[in-house]
Amino acid sequence: MRRSPPQRLADYLPIAFPAGMLGLFFVIPFGIMVAISVFKRVQGGFYEPSFTLANYARFLTPFFGEVLSFSLGLAALVSALCLLIGVPFTYMLTRLGRRAQVFWLIALLGVLSLSEVIIGFAWSTLLSRTAGLSNLFVWLGLMEKPEAWAPGLGAVLTGLVYQAFPYTVLVLYPAFSRLDPSLMEAARTLGCSPRRAFLNVVLPVMRKTLLATFIIVFIFALGAYLLPQILGRPQHWTLSVLVTDQAIYQSNMPFAAAMAVFLVIASLLLVGLSVLISGRKGIGEQ
Amino acid sequence: MSKAAGRLFFACVALFLALPVIVVAGVALNAKKTLAFPPQGLSADWYLSVLTDPAWRSALTNSVMVALAASTISVAIALPLSWFLWRRVAPWARLVQMIGFSPFVLPPVITALGALSFWATTGFYGQVWTVVISHGIFFVSLPLVTITLGFATIDREIIEAGMTMGADDKTLMKTVIFPLIRPFVISGFAFAFVLSLNEYIVAYMTVGFTLETIPIKVFNALRYGYTPTMAAVSVFFVLIAVLVFGTVARFGDLPKLMGAWSKGE
Amino acid sequence: MSGLQLIDITKRYGAVTAVDGISLDVDDGTFVCLLGPSGCGKTTLLRMIAGLEDPTAGEIRLQGDRINETPAHKRNLGMVFQSLALFPHLSIGENISYPLRIRGTNRADCEARVRELLDMVQLPGVENRAITQLSGGQRQRVAIARALAVSPQLFLLDEPLSALDAKLREAMQVELRQLQQRLGITTIVVTHDQREAMSMSDQIVVMSNGKVEQMATPIEAYKRPASPFVADFLGQANLIRVRGSEAGAAFSGGHIPGLALPDSGQALVSIRPEDIIVTADESGPVKAGIVFIREMGSTIEIHLDAGNERIIALAPPKSHCDLRVGSSVSLTLPPEACVVFGADGAS
Repeated sequence: MRRSPPQRLADYLPIAFPAGMLGLFFVIPFGIMVAISVFKRVQGGFYEPSFTLANYARFLTPFFGEVLSFSLGLAALVSALCLLIGVPFTYMLTRLGRRAQVFWLIALLGVLSLSEVIIGFAWSTLLSRTAGLSNLFVWLGLMEKPEAWAPGLGAVLTGLVYQAFPYTVLVLYPAFSRLDPSLMEAARTLGCSPRRAFLNVVLPVMRKTLLATFIIVFIFALGAYLLPQILGRPQHWTLSVLVTDQAIYQSNMPFAAAMAVFLVIASLLLVGLSVLISGRKGIGEQ
Repeated sequence: MSKAAGRLFFACVALFLALPVIVVAGVALNAKKTLAFPPQGLSADWYLSVLTDPAWRSALTNSVMVALAASTISVAIALPLSWFLWRRVAPWARLVQMIGFSPFVLPPVITALGALSFWATTGFYGQVWTVVISHGIFFVSLPLVTITLGFATIDREIIEAGMTMGADDKTLMKTVIFPLIRPFVISGFAFAFVLSLNEYIVAYMTVGFTLETIPIKVFNALRYGYTPTMAAVSVFFVLIAVLVFGTVARFGDLPKLMGAWSKGE
Repeated sequence: MSGLQLIDITKRYGAVTAVDGISLDVDDGTFVCLLGPSGCGKTTLLRMIAGLEDPTAGEIRLQGDRINETPAHKRNLGMVFQSLALFPHLSIGENISYPLRIRGTNRADCEARVRELLDMVQLPGVENRAITQLSGGQRQRVAIARALAVSPQLFLLDEPLSALDAKLREAMQVELRQLQQRLGITTIVVTHDQREAMSMSDQIVVMSNGKVEQMATPIEAYKRPASPFVADFLGQANLIRVRGSEAGAAFSGGHIPGLALPDSGQALVSIRPEDIIVTADESGPVKAGIVFIREMGSTIEIHLDAGNERIIALAPPKSHCDLRVGSSVSLTLPPEACVVFGADGAS
């Protein structure tokens, strides 16, 4: 069993099914979506085949511009916050004993599997006036009367950070696990305090990983479609929310498709950028 | 950072992560049919109603069935693909691998919309099995990552040792490769299963009007009528996730499955 | 024709030639070491014998039959890899019985054979343990037991002892040699450690840059190296450029009386440190000053400057207690201990 190029027709068999399934059920739907984005919208929730760039032209409206810049800014902020908390967290996690790591991994995986709906519901409750945390603070004497912190930008941020945090940690985990502990030790023997060693040695070494993770979490945050709706007001709606809205409630498939195509191109560009930066051959081949 | 500060930091993160779960669990204990926190009057009724209320029970069954079938499809796609990439030299196959990673990396709305367009165009929109396929494709990335990682951990010399001991390709696959890959296949399946259970948008856009899965039902409940049952359901699902991953951890090396070195390396 | 024959074996990777037209005969039941520095092609050669790589050209014969086309799993050999390559998902007993089980041997016979093999490598009773529970040296023995399970006709080992600490390595060298002699199995070991090769083998094959420099018994190769490379690689050698003179062979530090040189009058002479005679006075034919002394316990290693040449000599410990760094001494280089190579390094 030696690694060699496929020679007989039968050698190609294993990849036939995956390629076929992905081609049929991912590439083609994607292609159809791109096609729809240039169709003409017909009242009543349908569209007819045509070729018009009208849907893309709507990108040039100030409204769209606002939504776009808000979405990008929000995603960047969420990613930055996740990294700010997640990087020291993951680093310390990987220095813990095996059992502690298993515990935390299970906890993080559990939280990761929570659907956006549940997260939205839970945080909207936590930040509400009647049942939320502010009641606790009043009881503790830190506040005078309970407040509603949702809906609002802070609520959206909190929900998004909550959703993206486990993802951030799990993406950082392999790299930090494999970080050579002797780097920190060498720095310490050279006179650095642990904090300085972390900032001056570990972070620069992990630079590529951090950048790549930032981009991955950025795209993840960009994809949030429910939390901005549940925890925010219409001015907090992101691009993904708009796509859902247009596709389902406004029955404007072509415009939704156009925005989706835009999102895809942006995401792919960013993924390509992160692959270039981290110089990885592929996930799992470090 | 001193040990105490480190512990405090971890405690804060733990609290942050646990808060929503606590809220949801607490809401589900509320005696009356309203969503109040802290709960006013305790009742375990809502937890029980998940299993007794026929609407919720059927949603649960739907979710589990879809998740099982979809995860099977995901693994059925990811396994031969990873195998091919490991066994053969074929740079063009990387393209297929990248396509395999795409659905999960892209915003879910995209995949959902793509699925919607596809099924609408092909005329199968609304059929129950469409969500199984769309979920299967959507979650391919998860077993693909774990199984690829699994293959990467197989030392080539182990294969060569098997060869020198008289094992042909088929025997090697059966006795060496598959046992070493198995934990990664299982964990990939577990990931896809748990995420499919909780997935909302793709399910909604493909079969939202014909089939109620738990997330769809919860979202509808949020919009149209609260019952603490939906909170109880959410708690169950967290418990299922913890149970599934706990089992994976019990029988396998979870840190290694997530990318760390294995014990003693 | 018995034994293993390599006929003009070449292996090229693109523009790089790893093995360059090597021909070797290995007799049945002998212990052969492929010895050389990293990158000399010894591991590649071993892998071709095992069937893990295909030669670009040349023929491999076992017992007279050509085996180039025989796949690795049909060559009936046992191989120990540098990383040991023990199956992590199997217990020790399952690892050792693996080659038996895949050939359909029944359970009882497998278990008996495993016990027999574990006794042979002096690790009785560990069948049911996991690999992680054993030390490095113990795992080494398991790998050996596994390779020998089906009594193969060839036993191949790739740097088997490199991961062990010094004392364990020495003990394992003896054990491996004794095992091989007891079983009478044709054994080929790849190593870069010349002391290891010297201590275990019937024949040493010294390799460099994909070619064989010399194939001989260890003592033969040590005393009569075929090239300066071999002289320098096996143990320590002093390599001195000399030219002819009436007194014999001369160099900047003095002369070697009575040494026959080739017609050109130029040569490279190799002499072992232990053969050099050091005298505290000025009476010898070579004058030298001591620059460094190392007490090794069983010998004293003396580094000297003789003219422009740096010479290393070994002396018994109690003989020269009055020698210091900076002392002037004289050396005698007995001609019968010298090996003469032509000026270009050829014999």
